Amino acid sequence: MAEADDENSGMEWCFSQVKGAIDDEVAEADIISTVEFNCTGDLLATGDKGGRIVIFQQEPESKNQPQCRGEYNVYSTFQSHEPEFDYLKSLEIEEKINKIRWLPQKNAAHYLLSTNDKTIKLWKISERDKRPEGYNLKEEDGRYKDFTTIDSLQVPVFKPMDLMVEASPRRVFANAHTYHINSISVNSDNETYLSADDLRINLWHQEITDQSFNIVDIKPANMEDLTEVITAAEFHPNQCQTLLYSSSKGIIRLCDLRAAALCDQHVKLFEEPEDPNSRSFFSEIISSIADVKFSHNGRYIMTRDYLSVKIWDINMETRPIETYQVNEYLRSKLCSLYENDCIFDKFECCWSGDDSVVMTGSYNNFFRMFDRGCRHDVTLEASREHCKPQSVLKPRRVTTGGKRKKDEISVDSLDFNRKILHTAWHPLDNIIAVATTNNLFIFQDKLNQQLTN
Amino acid sequence: MSGEEESMSVEEQQEVHDTVVSPEKVEEAKLKARYPGLGAKPGGSDFLRKRLQKGPKYFDSGDYNMAKAKMKKSLPLAPVEKTEITGGHIPTPQDLPQRKTVLASKLAG
Repeated sequence: MAEADDENSGMEWCFSQVKGAIDDEVAEADIISTVEFNCTGDLLATGDKGGRIVIFQQEPESKNQPQCRGEYNVYSTFQSHEPEFDYLKSLEIEEKINKIRWLPQKNAAHYLLSTNDKTIKLWKISERDKRPEGYNLKEEDGRYKDFTTIDSLQVPVFKPMDLMVEASPRRVFANAHTYHINSISVNSDNETYLSADDLRINLWHQEITDQSFNIVDIKPANMEDLTEVITAAEFHPNQCQTLLYSSSKGIIRLCDLRAAALCDQHVKLFEEPEDPNSRSFFSEIISSIADVKFSHNGRYIMTRDYLSVKIWDINMETRPIETYQVNEYLRSKLCSLYENDCIFDKFECCWSGDDSVVMTGSYNNFFRMFDRGCRHDVTLEASREHCKPQSVLKPRRVTTGGKRKKDEISVDSLDFNRKILHTAWHPLDNIIAVATTNNLFIFQDKLNQQLTN
Repeated sequence: MSGEEESMSVEEQQEVHDTVVSPEKVEEAKLKARYPGLGAKPGGSDFLRKRLQKGPKYFDSGDYNMAKAKMKKSLPLAPVEKTEITGGHIPTPQDLPQRKTVLASKLAG
């Protein structure tokens, strides 16, 4: 068993970069809350609890080092959301960025949607590398000239200037959600997007902020009857009429917008039958789906619950086609994980660009990768201790037993405060972004593996 | 539970499951022992409703602002604004005080 892990049957991952502060004291505002590559992968956006967005841009590959992929450097940073107070309900509205989704690029500028619990914003990120000079009425610093000194007319010209990247809010989509927004998803029709909260899903047009259509509503007439909430929602990558949403009961529902104006009736329902004998107090909590993602080709659905990642075939509702254990060793720790609230942690999952590998985070700053093709899985760690550029990450192993081999870590030694909730995979290349509490790690697969083997 | 388990493969874990009480049920018993009042219905309405309303509930906006002020006490005070512009002349954008710079994210550092 140990030999299989050491073989080069899977990819090897190398450290590339790490962003963020090194101090042990993490300010709450610096906690990373979302990570997302854009459609071409040359931009990487992060959102944090303080409502800020930082966008990194990949440097073009240098001719000196053709083997190395470009590094990601800061491109733009701005305050997306501010804390607000809901006066009607006397509740605070956190500025934490829950999700960022990029729009496909249509012109020179880049657009992204960012959302906190209540409000979605469309941001335009544009470059300015020229500025007009030679105004007739104004000095270069903007002060107005003394008009009596002007005796000729000149035509202002554009002169090059240092690149400036500006972010401006183009649309604010507010007041459409009573509950907390957990997902946004851009439709493949390039015109609409959805936003989902605990009980409702709304459809928006990207240009129109004063109207939103409710397409799913699972709020019961009597809140005492509430048994299930929406945990995530996403549009199909190429069928603009198809969307899915996951629930706290571990169910995925696929909806078709052509069927009815209100899509409460699902077209497909994906649920794995549960063995009634194994049911416990924790069953429903750990079956709650934290994240759901369509594969890039749109044929599969991936779900992440507390202990596993499941792959579903969109055409088979009865059970997943693949199940990967992320951290089965936690099953015997559920009591303490419930007491410290860790059992409610929501881990995201993501597909590789070609859908052959899936990745998800875990505790102790570990993250797991599952190669669907060769059935090889690996546990890696995002740590500043293994930060030498291009150093290959060593697989980590967690042991449940008393006997601990060298380089293994016991379940009881895992740090449950260091968790990797947010990960992203470059859509076209094997570059991954892994967020620890307040640091962003970028790893790349080892290039030219066929040459070094 | 045996104390001599080494890191188990999925198949071995399944065998242990079948022969011994599931670890999940052991954990459940532990929890029920510590909190005998815990509702019989797992993950029922109460639990979900608490999820729907996250965050502390304030009495009113005054209460909220007081709570925020208490938090801000530990942070350094913002620099005093430049003298206000009143009367005299019509201010231009250049005259107005700069918008308060927001603390930049450390990721961008």
